[in-house]
Amino acid sequence: MKGLRKLLDKAKPNFMPGGKYAKFQSVFEGFETFLLTPNTVATSGVHIHDSNDSKRTMSVVILALMPALLFGIYNIGYQHYLAIGNIEAGFLSMFLFGLAALLPKIVVSYAVGLGIEFIGAQIRHHEIQEGFLVTGILIPMICPINTPVWMIAVATAFAVVFAKEVFGGTGMNIFNVALVTRAVLFFGYPSKMSGDAAFVATDPVFGLGAGNVTNAFSGATPLGQAAIHAGEAAPQLTNIVGEPISTLDAFIGLIPGSVGEVSTLCILIGAAILLLTGIASWKIMGSVFVGGFFMAFIANTFASTAYPVSMLAPIDQICLGGFAFAAVFMATDPVTGARTETGKYIYGFLIGVLAILIRIYNGGFPEGAMLAVLFMNAFAPTIDYCVVNANINRRLKRAKATND
Amino acid sequence: MSNFKLKKGVNLSLAGAIADTTVATASPKRFAIVPDDFTGIIPRLDVKEGDKVLAGDALFHDKNHPQIKITSPVSGTVETIERGERRKILSIVITPDSENQFKVFNTNDAKELLLESGLWAAMRQRPYDIVPDPEVTPRDIFVTAFDSAPLAASMSIQLAGKEAYLQKGVDALAKMTAGKVHVGCAPDAELSLKGCEVNTFAGPHPAGNAGVQLANVKPVNKGEVVWTLDAVAVARFGELIATKKLPVETIVAVVGENVTTPKLVKSTNEAAIASLTDGNIADAAASRIISGNVLTGVKVAANGYLRFPYRQITVIPEVKDDAEFMGWASLSPKKFSLYRSFTCRLFGAKKPFSFDSKLNGGERAIIMSGEYDRMLPMDIYAEFLIKAIIAFDIDKMEQLGIYEVAPEDFALAEFADTSKLPLQHIVREGLDKLRKEMN
Repeated sequence: MKGLRKLLDKAKPNFMPGGKYAKFQSVFEGFETFLLTPNTVATSGVHIHDSNDSKRTMSVVILALMPALLFGIYNIGYQHYLAIGNIEAGFLSMFLFGLAALLPKIVVSYAVGLGIEFIGAQIRHHEIQEGFLVTGILIPMICPINTPVWMIAVATAFAVVFAKEVFGGTGMNIFNVALVTRAVLFFGYPSKMSGDAAFVATDPVFGLGAGNVTNAFSGATPLGQAAIHAGEAAPQLTNIVGEPISTLDAFIGLIPGSVGEVSTLCILIGAAILLLTGIASWKIMGSVFVGGFFMAFIANTFASTAYPVSMLAPIDQICLGGFAFAAVFMATDPVTGARTETGKYIYGFLIGVLAILIRIYNGGFPEGAMLAVLFMNAFAPTIDYCVVNANINRRLKRAKATND
Repeated sequence: MSNFKLKKGVNLSLAGAIADTTVATASPKRFAIVPDDFTGIIPRLDVKEGDKVLAGDALFHDKNHPQIKITSPVSGTVETIERGERRKILSIVITPDSENQFKVFNTNDAKELLLESGLWAAMRQRPYDIVPDPEVTPRDIFVTAFDSAPLAASMSIQLAGKEAYLQKGVDALAKMTAGKVHVGCAPDAELSLKGCEVNTFAGPHPAGNAGVQLANVKPVNKGEVVWTLDAVAVARFGELIATKKLPVETIVAVVGENVTTPKLVKSTNEAAIASLTDGNIADAAASRIISGNVLTGVKVAANGYLRFPYRQITVIPEVKDDAEFMGWASLSPKKFSLYRSFTCRLFGAKKPFSFDSKLNGGERAIIMSGEYDRMLPMDIYAEFLIKAIIAFDIDKMEQLGIYEVAPEDFALAEFADTSKLPLQHIVREGLDKLRKEMN
């Protein structure tokens, strides 16, 4: 490490105020502290500190996202080869196809977001904050695979600037940045974000996976199918070539959908990592699932043909679409969520209820999780306000009781 | 009497605890009083360099309340009065006589005795966590009878043989309040005292903090004043009333990983550190000497002094190694964290652990939620209060309980904070600014 230290020390003066590259001071320091954890010592207050820091926290979240990401990459390839009728293509070619399709989006998301973050840090003379490390991987994971790269770039830039930097950067934003990115895409380019053509990569990528789509192909997601279902009986969901799928298939995740959200199993592995390490709040995560089940159960009990999605069993509602992903990775964002312990139950529960409510009763949006989380992001401060106000009133009452 | 069970907080197990409770004796060659240690007092000197003083003679008094005096713990000569920027008094250094000679106070009024002898300054008042205003009668007085801070020696060592004085002190205090004297004990070390209410507090640190105890017994409301002090100070009150001389003896715990043999040393308040730690520090160059505990103590130089009101010297390693390659990804079991993403949790974080002075990260906006609340067993939304203090929104601060807290109550939260904010400093500044604004 001595060599690396020397190298950095040699380069450092160039990046300090007055140096050649003073405009990149924050960037340099960001990389420096990333590579070599600094030995800063406590100067005021407590003399010892917990080893956990922001970098560690974000790394754990990224680690928790890995199972869902890797499965998502494989599933891109799987759906593609299924669509072209070449299901014997093998694990490796499916994975490589998925990687080739997704990697440019990850690179673009990080490049655009971190670029803006670097500029913001330099303007404020802050250290670079790690929040976007998670956001940057979330964005490609919550978009359909056929979203054009330039759209991701535009939406990411918009979200980072207007949902985060204008509020003061990581820790100050009101709305979840990744979801704002998706909302921008969803409302800006609706044709690319929903429908039958969005979720299955049918064209070859970089020459990989050439072939023609089979006749049986239909790219509708299970929720998309349910939304247009007609008739009294509960809809029989199918995969993209018309074979019926079970709840177990939906749970494991070899179904069309946004990249990271398909496998409930992998998402739950991520949830276990977040909860065991204590990084995410089990109160929020648990109550989203409870709220979702609750609403799905009510809707299913009063199922009607006017709202065909209500005919899905509650367990299917949880396994399909982005519900589980939103519960585990979006609702638990501590910055945009409720910050009081009581508030976390209310916040999570309402996200669960709203996600299923929107999904079932609003035909325009087959996926409600995004809107539910964003909506509750806006209400989280209000929930906290009420919880804190109860404490304030308790204090006032106590003072009044003793002064009388 | 009530038994409180507190769940929040954590006991940090640091290496270097005292194993042997025999008490050695030190004979310090120098003493220093630091006016900054007496929060809330604006010092006005009563002595000049070269003056002879007795133990108990006033060195300085408070500008606003001249009856509050800070006195010399030993008889001797005022060697130097160190001054800093704008002639601020940094410390008053005294070289002792060979034999300690005491001033004999000739008043029978307990309050006057306390003020005259300097023992008054061993108390703190809430709100503001300052030396109490003698013109205000407190609602209640809270006495802490155990120290839950990391590596603290048991208070019973200090109190051994002083039970009669302790009772005398409690009796005297009971006459100074309109309410009650509340004594907070550890569940296994209950004191049998009359004329006061004895409560027990089970649970991890900060269960021994006065603020935590009073918040659970009877919280401070706006407009109310309570006094807090520890049982050792109460016993000294009693001894002062009985003997009319200032009790100055104290037993100091010299502890921490970098202490060769952690031990107890009998000495005098405000003694030179060197006399207590001489030859007992391993690798002095790479050590941080703290007067007090690792959470609230003050960093002092090797030639510094035992700062008021501490009875503990903790020596911990000051950054052992070079910058670490990608330290944030470390799986080393040597890193302590309350989060289970660190492997220390797998290999027994409960056994004595090596802590150094590293900050372990950079300062950030508050990101993780609930971290402060988990460390504060009070009915207070710590994070919201901290934000109100940073914004200096007086209404919000009052509503969220600023009058109930002292910086030390936030020490554990500061330890646990992922965003590495200086919480104790924020609270101290907030209290000072608020006090200025309200008076």
